[in-house]
Parts: sequence; structure tokens; C-alpha cells
Amino acid sequence: MKARTIGRHFRESLKSLRRNNWMTFASVSAVTVTLLLVGVFMVIMMNLNELAVNIENDVEIKVIADPAADEAMVKELTDKVRATEGVLEVVYSSRDDELNKMIQSFGDELKLYQQSNPLGDALYVKAKNPQETVAIAKKIDTYEYTYEVEYGKGKVEKLFKVLNVSRNIGIALIIALLFTAMFLISNTIRITITARKREIEIMKLVGATNNFIRIPFVLEGIWLGVLGAILPMLIVSIAYYKLHAHWAPKLKAELFHLLDTMPFLLQLNGLLFVMGIVIGIWGSFMSVRKFLKV
Amino acid sequence: MIVMKNVYKKYPNGVVAANGIHVEIDPGEFVYVVGPSGAGKSTFIKMMYREEVPTSGEIVIDGVNLATLKNKQVPHLRREIGVVFQDFKLLPKLNVYENVAFALEVIEESPAEIRRKVNEVLALVGLTQKSRMFPNELSGGEQQRVSIARSIVNTPKVVIADEPTGNLDPEISWEIMRIFEQINARGTTIVMATHNREIVNMIRHRVIAIEGGLITRDEFGGDYGYES
Repeated sequence: MKARTIGRHFRESLKSLRRNNWMTFASVSAVTVTLLLVGVFMVIMMNLNELAVNIENDVEIKVIADPAADEAMVKELTDKVRATEGVLEVVYSSRDDELNKMIQSFGDELKLYQQSNPLGDALYVKAKNPQETVAIAKKIDTYEYTYEVEYGKGKVEKLFKVLNVSRNIGIALIIALLFTAMFLISNTIRITITARKREIEIMKLVGATNNFIRIPFVLEGIWLGVLGAILPMLIVSIAYYKLHAHWAPKLKAELFHLLDTMPFLLQLNGLLFVMGIVIGIWGSFMSVRKFLKV
Repeated sequence: MIVMKNVYKKYPNGVVAANGIHVEIDPGEFVYVVGPSGAGKSTFIKMMYREEVPTSGEIVIDGVNLATLKNKQVPHLRREIGVVFQDFKLLPKLNVYENVAFALEVIEESPAEIRRKVNEVLALVGLTQKSRMFPNELSGGEQQRVSIARSIVNTPKVVIADEPTGNLDPEISWEIMRIFEQINARGTTIVMATHNREIVNMIRHRVIAIEGGLITRDEFGGDYGYES
């Protein structure tokens, strides 16, 4: 294709946007509304995901060594745990450290035990993949010199199940929303094309190739997608920025914290922008197809 | 130039519009296609520029077999054929000049060539003065002249016209015929479906009569032959 033909297609697509002003408005609104929904949903999803990751990272196994075990035995156990497949890190905490923690939590009365500490040394184990926590805990439980292995039994399993299900639901909803948007834009473009059926008919009559006819419509779809993405990008960014400024300091102490604005908003806006373009291209392709059958 | 062999066309609704058509049209000929409404004239014409595809049989236009022509190649066939319609088929938002230039833009002709060719055909149809006007500012005859100009601007070997004078006054029709005669005189083959008895009887050319999907008469210098 020659450069001036590409120039012509650009001019034609812009002209068509102006000419079909009401249809343009309708399509852009459709994209705006759906991308806004997708944007809001993504914010919720990504933050939920962040929460899930935080919780997952917080899940650890506490291995208590047999209080009767001596230093060499605990060392042996520690090495064995460290060598276990799927283990990310092992933090050693001596029986005295453990007692100090308890004293801090429950009060000075426990200081009496400092004379003869009944506790065993503890190992805090993190799994490379938090989902494997349970399996690793069970394995460690079989090792010699372990007194007790704690990993929040049923709770951890349930938590992972809930997180997995909600993640899958979220992804399914986003995909459904995107399809709705594509359907809406392809429908609106189809209406503008029906209005220009005669033009297409004449183009074909004088020997225009399908691509020659299609490209201005596809470009038009891209403009519609881009125009439709601008408002959601602005709204979601500003809203999240304000939300973050207001809530982030208050949530500081909690397990849950909001994603930082900077890389997140950039990624989100990029994603919305690309989605707008993809929706536009796909929508126009779908709607022109019908009219190009010779 | 145009060869049809055993062409048969049945529409999905069961109507048989071509029932074994055999015809040969030589380069430079001027052919009228006549016949009552619904006899298969339009199908006959449409099959030539592949708006309709025959159910069976062979159609060869300028050496190209339409039966084996791929959809992708259809645009290239159309560039070799000019088509003129009863309802002109002009783009209302483009002016006269742009409507004619459109046919060349589509095939990515250079701007200088477009200017030269468009001005040449507009002079031929006598619309140089009105090149900046829009279709709705023109009379029916003028609009048809624009449409003819567009059909020949790419110097096709064949011009196919489907009732080109159907919507026009008798006087204007003569003017249109004069232009077709001029185009034919340059060596372009012309196939024209028409209901216009006076024209067929006055300007004698080959007449192909179609009835019930069959050629019932093929006569050089024949007359219209139907009572209207």
C-alpha cells in the first residue's frame, strides 16, 4: 500500500468520526462505560490479589524442636528442614528467644520460667510456593527431634481455597465485561456501516479491494476505542489517587494495604488504553466482515 | 471479449434466471439486451461483472474465466469493467470531480494521473463546468453523465449499462446515448440492458432478447421487437 493511500485512510476515518457524530458519541460512551467498569474492577481485583499475596507470604510453619534435644540435634533438624524441597527460608529462634516473646505477650509472671525454660527451640519455615505449605508441614512432622509442627491447619487450606475461587471469579468477570464492550462497539460500528452500505457497494463496484474498504473502518474503531479509554483512565486514576492518599496511612498497621499509586496506575492505564484499542479493532473487524462478502 | 457457455443460474428461492445461455460478444461491439421485466436481463448483466455467480456454465471476460475467479481477484476484474446503473449510484457527499476521481483513488493511481484522466472524461461527458457541484445540485441526465464518466475513467475494455436511461426524459436519453456512441467509437465494448424502444429502433446495433432465462433472438441491427 502506498503512503498517500494510508494518508487517505487516516483522513477518511477521521472524517467518518465527524460525519457520524451521534454514532461516534454512542460508541465512545459504550466503551467509556465498560472500560470504567473494567477499571474499577481491576482496582478491586489487583488489591485483593495484593492482599492474597500478603496473606500467603505471611503463612509460615512453626516447627518446635523437642525440648529434650541438644544443640547438635537441633542443628541436624535445622539442616534437614532447610534441605527439604520447596522450602524458601528457615529462621532459627532459640528457646530463650521464644520465652522472651511469650513474656512480651503474656506478662512478666512468665519470667519465672527463665530459671528452667520448658520450651524447645523453634524454626520458622516459609515455603517457596505458599500453596505447598501444608504438604511441607506434614513432611517436616515426620522428621526426628520435632516436637510439634504448627501451620494453622484447616484455616490455611480454607484460605487458599477462597482466594483461588475469588481470583478465578474476578478473571471471569473481567473477560465477560470485555466481551460485552466488544459486542457493544461492534454493534455501533455495524450501524454506521449499514448507513454507509451504499458507499461500500460503490467502492466494490469500482474495484476497491476488501482491505482498501476495511482499513478506514478499522482505524475508526481504533479512534473510538482510544476516545472511549480516555475518560475511564482519568476517572480511575484520580479516584484511586485520592483513595490511596486518604486510606493508605490509616491502613499502615493492618495486614491489608493498598497498592502504591505509581507503578500500579501506570500499568492500569496502559492496560485500559490497550483494551480500548483491541476492542475497537475487534469490533470493527466483526462488523465490516459481513459487508465484504463479494 | 465476452463468452458465455451453457450458463445456468438458479436463485435460492427457486427462480431460474438463466437457463442455458450461450453468447459471444466481440471486442468493440455495441449490444442491446432487451426483454420483458423478470426475464433474466439483470441477472445476465450482473453475471458479467460477477455480482452474481452462475450455478453452472462458463463465463469468460477478456480471457478471464469468472467461474474459477477467486473472490480476492474480483476487484481486479471490476477495474477492467465499467458499470452504469439506472439509479446512477453516486456518492452524495462527494462533488462531481471527487465522484469520478474515486474510481482511480481506489486503485491507487497517482494524483497527477487522476487529475489528467478525470478532467479528460469530464470534458467528454460535457461536465467540466460543473465539476465542483454535488450530485443533488445536478439534473438526472447530468448525474448519469457523472456515472458514465466514472465508469470509463479507468479506460475499461467493457462498459456494462443496466437501464442507463430508465429514469431519464426522452430528450436527455438521446444525449446519454450520444455519449455511449462516442465511447463505443473509441473501441470500448458496450453491453446495455434497456427498455427504451425508440432508442433501440433508431440507433441500430446488435439486439439480444432474453425471455424466461433464454436468448430468444440475437440479431445484428435488429429492432426492439416487443409491443409496449
